[in-house]
Amino acid sequence: MENNQKNYNRRSFLKVSALSGGGMMLGVSWLAAANTKLTELGADLEAFQNGQTLNAYVQIGSDNIVKIMCHNPEFGQNVKTSLPMIVAEELDVDWKDVIVEQAPYDTKLYPRQFTGGSQSVRSTWRPLRNAGAAARDMLRSAAAQTWNVPQEEVTTKVGVLHHEKSGKSAKYGEMAAKAATLTVPKDLKLKSAAERKIVSTSRKNVDGKSIVTGKPMFGMDYQKPGMLIAMMVQPPAFGLKLKSYDASEALKMPGIKQVFTIEVFPDSMERGGFDTRTFNEFVVVVGYNTWEVMNARKKVKAEWEKAPEKKEIFGGFGGQKNERITPAGLESTSEHLVKMKEMVKQSARVLRKDGDPEAAFKNAAQVIERTYNAPFLAHNTMEPMNCFAEVTDSQAFVAGPVQAPEFVEQTLIKRLGLPADKVDIHLTRMGGGFGRRAYAHYMVEAALISRQAKAPIKLVYSREDDMTYGIYRPMYTATYRAALDANKKLLAFHVIGGGIPENPVHANRFPAGALDNYLAEGWEIPSNVTIGAFRAPRSNFNAAAEQSFMDELAEAMGKDPMDLRLELLERAKTNPVGKNNDYDPDRYAGVLKLLREKSGWDKPENKGKNLGLAAYFCHNSYAGHVIEMKIKDGQPYAESVVSAIDCGVVINPDAAKNMVEGAVIDGIGCALYGNMSFKNGKPEHNNFNTYRMIRMPEIPKRIDVHFVQNDIDPTGLGEPPFPPVFGALANAIYRATGKRQYNQPYLQEEPKTQG
Amino acid sequence: MAKYTLKINGKNQTVDVDPATPMLWVLREHLNLPGTKYGCGVAACGACTIHVDGNAVRSCQLPVSSVKKQAITTIEGLSPTGDHPVQRAWLEHDVAQCGYCQAGQIMSAVALLKNNPNPSEEDINGFMSGNICRCGTYTRIKAAIKSVAKP
Ligand code: FES
Ligand code: FES
Repeated sequence: MENNQKNYNRRSFLKVSALSGGGMMLGVSWLAAANTKLTELGADLEAFQNGQTLNAYVQIGSDNIVKIMCHNPEFGQNVKTSLPMIVAEELDVDWKDVIVEQAPYDTKLYPRQFTGGSQSVRSTWRPLRNAGAAARDMLRSAAAQTWNVPQEEVTTKVGVLHHEKSGKSAKYGEMAAKAATLTVPKDLKLKSAAERKIVSTSRKNVDGKSIVTGKPMFGMDYQKPGMLIAMMVQPPAFGLKLKSYDASEALKMPGIKQVFTIEVFPDSMERGGFDTRTFNEFVVVVGYNTWEVMNARKKVKAEWEKAPEKKEIFGGFGGQKNERITPAGLESTSEHLVKMKEMVKQSARVLRKDGDPEAAFKNAAQVIERTYNAPFLAHNTMEPMNCFAEVTDSQAFVAGPVQAPEFVEQTLIKRLGLPADKVDIHLTRMGGGFGRRAYAHYMVEAALISRQAKAPIKLVYSREDDMTYGIYRPMYTATYRAALDANKKLLAFHVIGGGIPENPVHANRFPAGALDNYLAEGWEIPSNVTIGAFRAPRSNFNAAAEQSFMDELAEAMGKDPMDLRLELLERAKTNPVGKNNDYDPDRYAGVLKLLREKSGWDKPENKGKNLGLAAYFCHNSYAGHVIEMKIKDGQPYAESVVSAIDCGVVINPDAAKNMVEGAVIDGIGCALYGNMSFKNGKPEHNNFNTYRMIRMPEIPKRIDVHFVQNDIDPTGLGEPPFPPVFGALANAIYRATGKRQYNQPYLQEEPKTQG
Repeated sequence: MAKYTLKINGKNQTVDVDPATPMLWVLREHLNLPGTKYGCGVAACGACTIHVDGNAVRSCQLPVSSVKKQAITTIEGLSPTGDHPVQRAWLEHDVAQCGYCQAGQIMSAVALLKNNPNPSEEDINGFMSGNICRCGTYTRIKAAIKSVAKP
């Protein structure tokens, strides 16, 4: 047993009294409110009776069914299953008896209701264990009082309380009502790794059945009687804004109720860091159903004009304010590339400098210099952006797919001018997130539309709207340089990276710390093409560029690429340079060693294979892949992949494996095909017939996933396995074709249209 | 506007809509069957896949007026209890991540297996290549399909 007082400072959210009665916790989910039949969920809810609320996460019914609330929104990374598993473990119940419900959005009850940054498990591992342990402790206390015995003598075993001496026992359900009246205990004992029965065992997705039977659960599925559909007309290019419009034809179309404009954020409003607005003014078409609105929207005659340059102030974390410049102009990818090339030659901001890299480069016998480029990428969540809103002058209700309700709540309060308690956000399941849904402009838009239309509405983005709205993965470039002496010894390392409009360099990350002479520099080019977090922001480029360069460097040094990395990590461990290195060299090396073993890296029979290696650290976890490349129909084909991950304790192993498999496939797809380009401000791809996504014939035949076994507090998995796929793929392509990959997408060709 | 009587999941249902309305929207918004998903609207992603007389069809490109007497099946009607062997295989392999594409994937898989009970690797790849999954669950989709195949 592990004593856990230190991390138990956020007690408030465990307080029974903080709950305004069980009523709220038992509150009707949006699904029921949406007036749709839900036999699956209904059966579960019926079995759950007289639920007693022990804390914000745990309710126990009289029949021993336990309801656990999942406080974070789900977009496929399995939080709705794995977070409740953590609670159930400490509560000591049978997983069979657990039902899971999406918690309401409520910052008083729950910490960090934000799915993103691969932080859900990491940030709630302790609080969720405490929640389960606290509820179990209260049940034991209730039994002790009822039986008039010391609490220490009351034990639990999968949902049953026991007192050995007296032979008394009771189900949790019998003690729940009393337990709910007790105060929350202070010193909680948490289970050791050896005692766990649920955590680290594979459990199926709690929503699996609802998904395979097509139950409504996504924002797109939200409905309410009397609800109207709204779609918007957005400028056809970045750098344009609305000049005027004529809706007379559109209004004549069947089923159309209103056409008007909205202004998303007035210039005077100070916005938060996630309040990105690509376009500020839209023409809105409101009607009875999506098809009619889609058709009528084509009849809106809008005129566009060039938008002027804008200086915008954003509120950042900790009260700091950031200025962003949105330039005027209609940008094209060809110009972007030229500009980036020019910038590399100019001096940039020094982000980190160790030793005397300039001297080392001057004295070098050989300098290797390579430049890597990557395009903008669209998130392309399979569910396009959307949001339901019912807003009046006095209150607002919004329901939709959002990763960061805490951010958008503040924004809605400000934009609508309503008090906090009049703004209610409901979280729907998300059909993919990948960072895109941290930017909830669509919730603000939906709220404004509903208020103006004086009706409940659902704002629907078409795929074209979604893909051309912006919030892309930025365009990046990085030049890596290495200085070698006459004996091929590495003297210095230099990275200068930049992007439109964000620079990708993580200055304190590997190989920083492993080199006496190191220089990292960065620069940015402002743009009116908007960007946002995209599955492992910046890392998803760095791991391609840096890990490709590392491979080329190993070749130039006459070393095995695995050995070179391990030698550098050994140096970073035994004699680190600098203080701010953000990675743990031991864990990084551990992943490489596991990969070495599992991929048979050193086996003679594998020497002739085209194996590409990359490993990377980001979002607190370590991940690496070895990809075997074949040539199929004249194209490189990643036939098999071996992955190794260190994310500490693995909560739900099979789901974790699924996440890694998905990251590998997504990574291969983005690296080979992903590309969003522009001509005169206009996105050149607006749907899946011109934006190529990976499809089944292109996936590897095998993906073997291995986790480093340890008892380190868990860290995230949604992002970390993704970035190193790019590097491993590039290195494997080189082995198979002799061609280094400097430009993403690695395969530059038009997609095959699929019917 | 025109009236259409459609045979959906074994039941006759009448709708009064614009003849050009794709079945996708008829199902989702007129018949309260939102299991069929909108992903692209141009027959490029497969999220909207339904069965027309047992064959997989992209409902976003199927005008209601072109459906005559054919039997339409949606994910909601695949099996009365939600335990069609393909659905069970999906659960067994814990396929879904976000889940948004999965109704379309399942409908494609069921149609594939109906016409080709023991598909080869190439058959599966070819037939399923019209269904996109951004979460990258293809490995499990394929494994689930293979587990239901009858050699
Ligand atoms: S919505 Fe029909 S294929 Fe994409
Ligand atoms: S499971 Fe998310 S798109 Fe397929």
